[in-house]
Amino acid sequence: MAAFIEMASAAFIVIGGAFLFVGSVGLAKLPDTMRRLHGPTKATTLGIGSLLIASMLYFLVRHQAVGIHEILITLFLFLTAPVSAQMIAKAHIFRSQELQRTLPLDAGGSGWATLAGQANSPKASAPSAHPVCASNPPRSQSD
Amino acid sequence: MIAASCAFAIIAIAASILLNVYRLIIGPDVTDRILALDTMVINAIGLIVVAGIVFGTAMYFEAALLFAMVGFVSTVAFCKFLLRGNVIE
Repeated sequence: MAAFIEMASAAFIVIGGAFLFVGSVGLAKLPDTMRRLHGPTKATTLGIGSLLIASMLYFLVRHQAVGIHEILITLFLFLTAPVSAQMIAKAHIFRSQELQRTLPLDAGGSGWATLAGQANSPKASAPSAHPVCASNPPRSQSD
Repeated sequence: MIAASCAFAIIAIAASILLNVYRLIIGPDVTDRILALDTMVINAIGLIVVAGIVFGTAMYFEAALLFAMVGFVSTVAFCKFLLRGNVIE
């Protein structure tokens, strides 16, 4: 049984290393920032997940104890990876002029909340009563 | 068998960190560089986990957890700075 668990642990280590490598190859080779986001955010969470499963199995065999650190790292990474990917996508939309020309209309018709601080967005170009607010428009709550 | 697979994983993760450095250098925009740094942090977490298996100690997981937290906070801070011109408003 211990030999089988060790074999499974070795297989998970190989799978995790391969997925981390695939994610980084995707980051290096894909042609566009939005496409480059796909490689790391999917493949590296899978790779880290496999590595942590392997580590849990290995320490289960070696020390007869299940560590809580692996579960904590897995939970933290799985919660934060989509958030950081979405923040990077928002920053990319905010900075890329040619991407903003091809954006679809939003449902509310009030412009994209990501672009609320920019001069060419419809919300920011609306006349504002206060001069301080005109130079620094208020951000929307959905931002 | 564990040693061989750990050697494979360490080589793969080292190669992926090199690919991240390549993207970090040539990245055409700032967001690509932020993404490369984020991926590099995740690769470093994987390297720390594999090193913990190689050396047979559970002490390195604290370092991995700290890396995960600092990497997430720095990525969000970089993006927030790009979006708003300020980190904490």
